[in-house]
Amino acid sequence: MRRIPYLVLALYALVGGLGPLLIEYDPVPTSLPDRLRPPGSDVSYGTAWLGTDALGRDVLAQVVYGARTSVIIGICTVALACLIGVAVGTAAGYFRGWLDTVLARGIDILLAFPAILLTIVIAGAFERSVLLVVTALSATAWISFARVTRGIALSLRERPWVDAARVLGVPRPAILVRHILPFTIGPVVALATLEFALVVLAEAGLSFLGIGLPNSAVSWGQTIANGKQYLETAWWISALPGIALSVLIVNIGILGDQLTARYGRGHLR
Amino acid sequence: MIRVIVKRLLVGVLVMWGAASLIFLIVRVAPGDPATILLGPDADPAQIAELTTRLGLDQPKLTQYVHFLADVARFDFGESYRLGRPAMSEVLTRLPATAELMLTSTAIAVVFGVTLGLLAGARPGRMVDRVVSASTIALQSFPTFWVGIMLILVFALWLGVLPSADAGTPAHLVLPAVTLALPFTATVARLTRTSVAETMREPYIQTARSKGLTEPQVLLGHALRNSLIPVVTIVGLHMGGLMGGAVIVENVFAWPGLGSLIVDAVAGRDYEVVQAATFLIAGIVMLFNLVADLLYSRLDPRIKLDTVS
Repeated sequence: MRRIPYLVLALYALVGGLGPLLIEYDPVPTSLPDRLRPPGSDVSYGTAWLGTDALGRDVLAQVVYGARTSVIIGICTVALACLIGVAVGTAAGYFRGWLDTVLARGIDILLAFPAILLTIVIAGAFERSVLLVVTALSATAWISFARVTRGIALSLRERPWVDAARVLGVPRPAILVRHILPFTIGPVVALATLEFALVVLAEAGLSFLGIGLPNSAVSWGQTIANGKQYLETAWWISALPGIALSVLIVNIGILGDQLTARYGRGHLR
Repeated sequence: MIRVIVKRLLVGVLVMWGAASLIFLIVRVAPGDPATILLGPDADPAQIAELTTRLGLDQPKLTQYVHFLADVARFDFGESYRLGRPAMSEVLTRLPATAELMLTSTAIAVVFGVTLGLLAGARPGRMVDRVVSASTIALQSFPTFWVGIMLILVFALWLGVLPSADAGTPAHLVLPAVTLALPFTATVARLTRTSVAETMREPYIQTARSKGLTEPQVLLGHALRNSLIPVVTIVGLHMGGLMGGAVIVENVFAWPGLGSLIVDAVAGRDYEVVQAATFLIAGIVMLFNLVADLLYSRLDPRIKLDTVS
């Protein structure tokens, strides 16, 4: 039972990674008779197992290509947020002083906005691109990493081995990297899993609103939004990518909970 | 108590200054000349130059920033060129619709969340508990906008019992409010469950049982009240999350609130409205957080408010 989330995630990674090589997706509408066909119909380019959309494009291909977009944006955002958050958090927790104060106030200001609102404003202000979406999502995602690692660094700086290193004259950057950082790995991995779920959801929300990603990118949120107009005649356009998205998020959530129970914040104390 | 409130409010003013500056920074760093965007591609250079002067865009960024802060202090966010009226007044006319949606959702989430949490927490590990725990994970994971569309599909299109968009009658409120409430219900249920399960291990519950009270009496009379303290806080602290959810839900259901206004404003580069709306939202979220903190220490006198933070 505990393995299920791993299997599901592996499946998504496989589909997102290899799927686009196996399945052709033509973003340019092909022919009129292929429009709004139900799942399993025969269309001009084969069988549309998940139906077609209003332009006659294959929904299965959109789900597969959308998985790739979501996974890439999710990984890049979490990596960037993790890098910034862990660096700032451990430094603030270890050095205290003005750095810690600036961090606390900065986080207060960022938390004054609902996360998705700040993301929308940033993503809407600039030229649409994948990089912009990653930046906009990272703008709030790094906060939890900074908070968790700050707490860990704060408790570790008083420990005997850190004192010993200090007395021995180990340079401060080396203390941070060698004696503090390794202890953050467990909680950070657990957090990264949960953040990945949040980021993928937020990205889908953004593209549902039509903000951020360029029109050439295929994304679940965009497909779901496109299908909304045709709900009455072609429910599958919105329904099926949403199921793909939900299954992914549920499984990451379960995995994240498992990891948190094992390596989470309480683990050190 | 008064000192704590005053101190918190002062910190709040600092945070609001930071929030306003952050939005100013994002909006003014963004490429594209607002005057050109506002007037469209067909405008002649003279018009653009005139509007640039009128908006103060030809002045140094620092001067613009100082003017902006002075205006913000007077709650003047300028005029929206897209809508042809003051940005803040447009934002304020949209606020009641969003407030209605959020209050209804909060009521739904509290009633159902507490009930489910109570049922699950009363006997941890039993069937009810497992069903509630599993369904709350699912509810928190489903994307709100998709759930909203699926509810439209089932209740508006297939069953035809509820309207799918717009506002006006109570029936219009049902689907958006339920959509917005679902993940929040799950949060409240999970928290209540943990809290009730913890309370049930307290000695006074044993006392209540041993004096012969029935299980419902123990649950409702003794366990529930103390379990609700963290729930009150999460409702206050969750206002930001709920506001974020409202932005998306309003767009799904064409609800005429702040959320749909903001998305339109972002898409139309209507920076005056974006600044006014984000500032107002940040202020509201901050006030709710403050009230939640104060209520928390009121309800549980064992908790002392940290005067520093």
